[in-house]
Amino acid sequence: MTEDTTPQNDAAEVELLSFRLGEEEYSVDIMSVREIRGWTRATPLPHAPAFIRGVINLRGTVLPVVDLSIRLGMEPVAGDARNVIIVVQVGSQTAGLLVDAVSDILALPRSEMQSPPDLNADISQRYISALTIVDGRMIRILDLTSVLPQEAIEAA
Amino acid sequence: MSDPMAEIKASFFIECEELLESLQDALSDLDEGADDGETINVVFRAVHSIKGGAGAFGLDALVAFAHRFETVLDELRAGRLDLTPEAVKLFFQAADLLADEIHAAREGSREPEAAEECLQALEALLGDRGAAHRADAEDETEAADFQPMGLALDLDFDFTPEDASPASFTLQFRPDGALYASGNEPLQLLRALAEIAEVSIMTDASAVPPLDALDPEENHLSWTVQITGDVTEDEIREVFEFVEDVCQIDISSMPKSSETPLPEQPELESEPSGDTDEDEKFEPDAEANGPGPVDPAPPPTNEIAEIATEAPARTPDPGPAEQQAEAAKPSAAQPAASNTAPAAEPGATVRVDIERIDRLVNLVGELVINQAMLAQSVTEAGLPPNSAVNTGLEAFMMLTRDIQDSVMMIRAQPVKPLFQRMARIVREASSAIGKDVRLKTEGETTEVDKTVIERLADPLTHMIRNAVDHGLETPDMREAAGKPREGVVILSAHHRSGRVVIEVSDDGGGIDRKKVFEKAIEKGLVASDAQLSDSEIDNLLFLPGFSTADLVSALSGRGVGMDVVKSSIQSLGGRISITSEPGKGSCFSISLPLTLAVLDGMVVNVAGETLVVPLSSILETATLTSEDIRALGPSTNVIHLRGAFVPLFDLGAELGYRGPKRSYSGDVVLLTAQEDGARSALVVDSILEQRQVVIKGLQQSYGHIPGVAAATILGDGQIALILDPADLVQTASGNTRAIDISLAG
Repeated sequence: MTEDTTPQNDAAEVELLSFRLGEEEYSVDIMSVREIRGWTRATPLPHAPAFIRGVINLRGTVLPVVDLSIRLGMEPVAGDARNVIIVVQVGSQTAGLLVDAVSDILALPRSEMQSPPDLNADISQRYISALTIVDGRMIRILDLTSVLPQEAIEAA
Repeated sequence: MSDPMAEIKASFFIECEELLESLQDALSDLDEGADDGETINVVFRAVHSIKGGAGAFGLDALVAFAHRFETVLDELRAGRLDLTPEAVKLFFQAADLLADEIHAAREGSREPEAAEECLQALEALLGDRGAAHRADAEDETEAADFQPMGLALDLDFDFTPEDASPASFTLQFRPDGALYASGNEPLQLLRALAEIAEVSIMTDASAVPPLDALDPEENHLSWTVQITGDVTEDEIREVFEFVEDVCQIDISSMPKSSETPLPEQPELESEPSGDTDEDEKFEPDAEANGPGPVDPAPPPTNEIAEIATEAPARTPDPGPAEQQAEAAKPSAAQPAASNTAPAAEPGATVRVDIERIDRLVNLVGELVINQAMLAQSVTEAGLPPNSAVNTGLEAFMMLTRDIQDSVMMIRAQPVKPLFQRMARIVREASSAIGKDVRLKTEGETTEVDKTVIERLADPLTHMIRNAVDHGLETPDMREAAGKPREGVVILSAHHRSGRVVIEVSDDGGGIDRKKVFEKAIEKGLVASDAQLSDSEIDNLLFLPGFSTADLVSALSGRGVGMDVVKSSIQSLGGRISITSEPGKGSCFSISLPLTLAVLDGMVVNVAGETLVVPLSSILETATLTSEDIRALGPSTNVIHLRGAFVPLFDLGAELGYRGPKRSYSGDVVLLTAQEDGARSALVVDSILEQRQVVIKGLQQSYGHIPGVAAATILGDGQIALILDPADLVQTASGNTRAIDISLAG
């Protein structure tokens, strides 16, 4: 799948922000993370796909929030004080990713990234750009462009 | 910015825009039959000023074009050329080309190709004289190069040049303290004097004592005024009529500047004080008066020169005297100013970078949000309504609103330049397809947000072309239909209930509904057995993919469909609608919000969500009773309101917050109106308040949501959606008129 969102810089190491969704562990390239916010209620948008949790006020701008759990085909994020919204920016687009909890910042050698196996049946697989193993846990690295809402609207 | 020449050049081009505008105006007047000398003069002056400025910057191509244009206009001005409609048409064409030339000069691009052709056509008007002028033109073009910045100067303003007439009077004016006590002001008197004649004023502040000895009630200043021009002594006396008994006035018909400071001479030496500016100004003037009676006594003049050099060293002594000297300054400067810029100024203006205004608009937007937050926390704090905090807050809110309105007014611009551009489109389009078309514009002074104007240009161009190309019949067809050969396209703008409505109408044949319908069936856009109302057929034009292949000529078939027009209008928060009458013509109406930054909205609650409905779309609110509601079809209701049936929509269900309710009895409805007058009733749970909200676009961060115009931030920091009732109703589900969904207009 797309390699675009895996870090393009030549550094041998890549820093990832890892977070939990249910029992699974995912991560995004830390360079695309703008900030991490506590849970705030999002204003739901009519006629929006289920994974669009709504919009929140990010210091005067309207920020769409994606429920990453629904997006990846799992149960919705509960939406309580422990949940966080990761504000990410891809290109000119900014969006919030609602996740269960942020767990760690990892620095990994680029050589340890593996392409995900090609399994067409799994819908969440199209959102994953790479896999890696840290301390025996598998960590999925998200392809942000395919996760963000704009993409979804066009695809829908 | 570092290159001063580039800066001056930039301001020249801005000036050109203004000149072109007045040129267009005057030509339009001529076109409408205003055949007076003044209008022709305006045309001439505009072209001449452009030529003069262009010469100063060495824009040779522009100078050459403007000059030849000007030569023809000069003939017209001199009455040697008849003002025929053909000539006016050519002038319009030349004006358009002049605009192109200016554009080419600014961009450094190639000059328009049609220029030579047009000029030759223009010169053909002159007949034999043309050739001679052609020759002159070449010579004079050279001469024009020397013309320094003749922009505002070249107006036939009636003032007497300095050297033309001698000084007629010298006025000695020394007010008593009583003059001030009676509420008079020397500055006003001197200004009044400056209005009737050419004056040169010198302030004598030599009698002003040191600060500690100063009597603030007394006057220590006197003025000597050299009056030139066509005035009588009586007229001068008249200015001072009301202060005669509280001042000393001495009018002499010979220039007696020599006498003026004589009595104070010793004082002048010992204590030079006074305003240098005046003295310096006076100096050259005294000499300029020379051609008249020669100054008989040189010493005082020297004295004055001395003051001029010494005065800067003087420590300023603040006090009434200083203020008076200050006050006298403008009056002295005035005549000097009127020498250089005699043009009547239509109100002072400032050019400001649009980015600064945008920043201001954004800041005001933040201010409004903050004010709302503050108001909310004050309410939550439970302070009594008449407490100081609350009254202060109220004043604050009013101020915020005023600031907001003022800022919006800065951004607002008249649609006139846009309309003028459209006039050109009409001229070009009509000549391209050989139709006689007259564009009438109405409401040119209507002001609209600058961004809106900019983004309207493309859709409007397309609509105008459509009107000329498809709307109007050929002259022969028009004649056969008993209409004048010349078609009329009307472009109008006006304000209607908080929105701007721009209409493009023509007096052509109207929409050929049969043809449109057949076309739509052929394209598979509607079923062949569909029953469509007239307005539904009209709205088919806005469907994407409705290519009017065999209706389109080379002119308007440029790849922009009406669907593109519609979507660009919608992206501005506007709506477009069509009305058409066979044989009489059609009218496209665009309705736009006044500003893209704020709107007055009604804040309502629907299924626990807060929504904002634009106040401009709400006609009234009502509470439903069970008798009001009538069933229509299996899933839809109408309400019976004063004899009319209005479709009922449940906002909660339409927006997917909840399912339709079992009963709407007792619920609150907002009665909204669309552009075409259709009404609909929207059920809400409760109305919270009315207030101004700042519009935050959703388009960029998310995309278009059907029925939602934008979002805003409420006082508690939450985001509320701003509804677009017309859009909402058209995409609404609880509607049996299914065809409307695809024909959203």
